[in-house]
Amino acid sequence: MLNIKNLHAEIEGKEILKGLNLNVKPGEVHAIMGPNGSGKSTLASVLAGKEAYEVTQGQVHFNGKNLLEMAPEERAGDGLFLAFQYPVEIPGVSMMNFLKTSIQEVRKYRGQDPLNAKDFLKLVKERQALVELDKKLANRSVNEGFSGGEKKRNEVFQMAMLEPTLAILDETDSGLDIDALRIVADGVNKLRSPSNAFVVITHYQRLLDYIVPDVVHVLYQGRIVKTGPKELALELEEKGYDWLKLSATEQIEG
Amino acid sequence: MTEQDKLLNEVTTREYQYGWSTDLDMESLPPGLNEDTVRFISAKKEEPEWLLEWRLKAFRYWQTMQEPQWAHVSYPPVNFQDIIYYAAPKTKPQYESLDEVDPELLETFNKLGISLEEQKMLAGVAVDAVIDSVSVKTTFREKLAEVGIIFCSMSEAVKEHPELVKKYLGSVVPYKDNFYAALNSAVFSDGSFVYIPKGVRCPMELSTYFRINAMNTGQFERTLIVAEEASYVSYLEGCTAPMRDENQLHAAVVELVAMEDAEIKYSTVQNWYPGDKDGKGGIYNFVTKRGICAGDRSRISWTQVETGSAITWKYPSVILKGDHSVGEFFSVAVTGNKQQADTGTKMVHLGRNTKSTIISKGISAGESNNSYRGLVKMAPMAKGARNFSQCDSLLLGSRCGAHTFPYIEVDNATGKVEHEATTSKIAEDQIFYLNQRGIPTEKAVALIVNGYCREVLDKLPMEFAVEARKLLEISLEGSVG
Repeated sequence: MLNIKNLHAEIEGKEILKGLNLNVKPGEVHAIMGPNGSGKSTLASVLAGKEAYEVTQGQVHFNGKNLLEMAPEERAGDGLFLAFQYPVEIPGVSMMNFLKTSIQEVRKYRGQDPLNAKDFLKLVKERQALVELDKKLANRSVNEGFSGGEKKRNEVFQMAMLEPTLAILDETDSGLDIDALRIVADGVNKLRSPSNAFVVITHYQRLLDYIVPDVVHVLYQGRIVKTGPKELALELEEKGYDWLKLSATEQIEG
Repeated sequence: MTEQDKLLNEVTTREYQYGWSTDLDMESLPPGLNEDTVRFISAKKEEPEWLLEWRLKAFRYWQTMQEPQWAHVSYPPVNFQDIIYYAAPKTKPQYESLDEVDPELLETFNKLGISLEEQKMLAGVAVDAVIDSVSVKTTFREKLAEVGIIFCSMSEAVKEHPELVKKYLGSVVPYKDNFYAALNSAVFSDGSFVYIPKGVRCPMELSTYFRINAMNTGQFERTLIVAEEASYVSYLEGCTAPMRDENQLHAAVVELVAMEDAEIKYSTVQNWYPGDKDGKGGIYNFVTKRGICAGDRSRISWTQVETGSAITWKYPSVILKGDHSVGEFFSVAVTGNKQQADTGTKMVHLGRNTKSTIISKGISAGESNNSYRGLVKMAPMAKGARNFSQCDSLLLGSRCGAHTFPYIEVDNATGKVEHEATTSKIAEDQIFYLNQRGIPTEKAVALIVNGYCREVLDKLPMEFAVEARKLLEISLEGSVG
């Protein structure tokens, strides 16, 4: 589904990703962990198509298409979703209007008929329940005045609405208390299916107690330095990142 | 019988007259302006002597005046002798069918969701006899007449309700007010007249949509709305469809009078031709709009969404004379390409405990210039007057300009004025967020801008608001990137 080969990316002339490789197949959940500044969020931004980042080398294929040649909205149309670490506020734009526009644009891109108002509202109701999102939030402006936890739940709600084939969760757990974390994770787990995949970017192992990954990767200095089963996350929690940093440095220098 | 009752009687019993008393054989005047022009216009309209005198006084005064130069706009000087001040209304349709109309124009109509029949009307296509706009107008007028409301063209009003016109014409905007108001007073072509009797709540939004002839009122429109004690009216001016006009200069005057406990809501959507990418051929819109809250507890609201015209010079104002009266101004002004807008409001507080609110949202794109110019004045006797102003500017791109010129004059110690102003650019983060949800950039900008203007758009009557939203979307097409 997602195939990243030797990806190099920079921002303002500073190289952040330095030859990253990653393969994600349908039905899989990949966790990407790593210390601050290792390039986790850069990876998410590059995959979503944020303009500020420049890809200098490498390839990314998504469902057989060259992802790097696609506009951000085309990537979304093809089923790539990014749950933002810091969801932005858009004053005056109601959640409903935003969601409707989003769904209809995605459907248009896929050559589907627009969803009628009744089915749309039904979908909203159903998916809202999935993340236990307060109904009142749907009447507010996009993320405006939402608490940190509400913003994150709102991201998962949007994900549930759009049903992406590949969802990237960028530190969705940061700033969440344990209850909110459980709700977010439950939402994600309910959306898991053999045909979609998740890339869960996180700093802490905690989230992975709830969203159990198939594979755990450790990102350090712009490349994946270790890949292992879910137990790797626990090992990281116990030992920290230092032991990996050491071996990574050896690898790079050697 | 009181004058009121007489009027009521007259209005409710008379037969509806089709048409707008247009004589189809009228010729046009050659370009130029002198006393004879004024006399000719007045004679053609079969106006009473007093009105001719008033026009002439206005004309003589106008001759002594200088074109104002203080606005933050620039354009080549207007030659007032090059303008045709009287032209026969066009009665022959330009085209036989919609197929002949500029496809780009039709595309815009479709985007705005304008019905086919209306499209024909606006584009100047012959309308089938089946769509009888007259019958719509008739039912509409009859319904209004039942409650004593007068809604007709200014020419008609001069003939049928001369006492009302004489009493109020120029009472809010005297002909000496400014250069363009004087010119308008001398040569005004036509416009709307609305009279709401005491205690009557107008049962529907009064809209120029119902007045097809309004499209031909020409460049010097004159509108007068009088709301008697405890009455209410909501008036919609303009049209979201792009209006092309051969007349480059438009100098309209709108006067509103609200008596005790009366309320007037005046909403405008203006989408006149802004000219090409270089601003060539666009309309100059120099308008004087003013209302007076004459009675205690009266209320006047101006709501405007302006996207058209090459140059806009417009300051809908309220004179708050009655105690506890309220004046409001809600504005969205969008400029693109080389458009220039200098617009705002004046709130003149005279009565005690008067209150005014100003919300202005300027959106500039392309190489346009968008200025807010506003005056809040509190006279010595305006004890306890309050004003709140919020002027926000949004810039799209880096070649456009946004300017704010607020003037505040407070002559008493109890007045309270609050002014907030912000200037911002659309955040790339917001656009990227929407992109990531599948929304292309142009649509994303439209969504963000609509959200930005929501406070103002919410003030528009429902049907107008829907169109205004679409209009904003269309106006900003191609302005990002």
